[in-house]
Amino acid sequence: MIVLLKLIQGIGAGALSISIGLLFVGIGRKITARIHRRYGPPFVQNFIDLFKLLSKKSISHGFTFDLGLIAGFSALLAAVVFLPMGQINIFPHNSSLIMILYLMTMAYLGMAMGVSSSGNPNATVGIARALTLTMGYEVPFAAVIFSVYLFAHTGSLTNIVAAQSGGFMNWNLVKLPFGFVAAEIALQGMLGEAPFDMAIAPAEIASGPMVEMGGKYLGFGMLQHSIGLFLETGIMVDLFLGGGSNVWIFVIKQFELYFLALLVNAIFPRFKIEDGVSFMWKVPLLLGIVQALIVVL
Amino acid sequence: MSEWDELVNYFRGRSMWMLHYCTGCGAIELPPTMTSRWDMERFGIIPMATPRQADILLITGYLSIKTLKRVVYTYEQMSAPKWVLGFGSCTINGGIYWDSYGVIQNLDKYIPVDLYIAGCMPRPEAILDAFGKLKKMVQKGEAKGYEKYIKNYDWYKANQDRVFRRTEPVLRKAEEVTKSA
Repeated sequence: MIVLLKLIQGIGAGALSISIGLLFVGIGRKITARIHRRYGPPFVQNFIDLFKLLSKKSISHGFTFDLGLIAGFSALLAAVVFLPMGQINIFPHNSSLIMILYLMTMAYLGMAMGVSSSGNPNATVGIARALTLTMGYEVPFAAVIFSVYLFAHTGSLTNIVAAQSGGFMNWNLVKLPFGFVAAEIALQGMLGEAPFDMAIAPAEIASGPMVEMGGKYLGFGMLQHSIGLFLETGIMVDLFLGGGSNVWIFVIKQFELYFLALLVNAIFPRFKIEDGVSFMWKVPLLLGIVQALIVVL
Repeated sequence: MSEWDELVNYFRGRSMWMLHYCTGCGAIELPPTMTSRWDMERFGIIPMATPRQADILLITGYLSIKTLKRVVYTYEQMSAPKWVLGFGSCTINGGIYWDSYGVIQNLDKYIPVDLYIAGCMPRPEAILDAFGKLKKMVQKGEAKGYEKYIKNYDWYKANQDRVFRRTEPVLRKAEEVTKSA
């Protein structure tokens, strides 16, 4: 009985993350348009696009292509289930941050396996850039997580959120400001927004990993992107903004982080991949180490 | 047309992704159409990078026989439903290249064109008007060029082969010359 209940809750969490992620991207397109002084698409445009993509005929590039995309999608869905979202916390004794990060990397590896089996050199270059950038932002993010762990004396997201309860001044954003800035820069890389959008550069490598994906496959890519967006901003909210007393406050806090990322995205050009990684290993890593030293000493 | 098809067609008309094949001078009219002055994203039309992701193939201007070959490859890589927009008078009757030996005159003989935009050059207003017309055609289920292509593939293929033969080298191959000597 309890297993069935958890199953239904898990499916609900997946559906919530997909719809919120799609809505975020839709609102984000409108905001970007306003920054460009355009009118912009309606904010439900992303749902229309998804419906159209899933109704198209699509071309597969073999079994590995299908398997890789499904593996990436399901790894992200599995990660969302362990994320505490306001009062929704499906596994309160099991929400280890390391496991969520592990599943997120699995998603990237699944996608790498899928798109590189399509045989298109642009896809291979794109996914190589994505994995190189992963190496870039995970090092500063690991430094930040190290200082959060040392500060909270726990590795569970549930306990980290609980330690920040009781008002604004208890948030890790106030307690660990350098760590927050470092994690914010790492988040920009995780979301793949400019200046770290070299993996999906449309003009140079024809949108990188998505180059051979059409129809339903691109629809799955959109779903994967929206879950990834929800998950990455959700981790940041749990780590630094004190979670949320209910799920709507949680979502609003997530949107604030995404809004900040959008503003940066709208005005910056792209880094080259080596410049992006070296930036990640200089500025955010230094900030993360400074924060860890402050916590230790 | 069933109700489900009507629903699908409605959403297809609201979200058309475009691949612009910019060989001719018409490419210069597209940046203003995409950016803040005319902003085609408000109709759900955005430029895509590859044929796999696109719904509309926009042919801007003249096609030489060699580029026609690439356009046919591109068109066949797109996944159905897909539509072709012929842009400018070059795709209708050859335009200023009406008597050229290396440029095709009627695009409709080689791939099925759903809608033409007349003019040399069509202004961004004309392009947006054409997108609106195409949207109405898609929502009514009238734009069926991709089905026409499959049904009449022999005719299209024969036309394509007739012009592609002209791209073969005029001089004989080296081994043929040595054989005859």
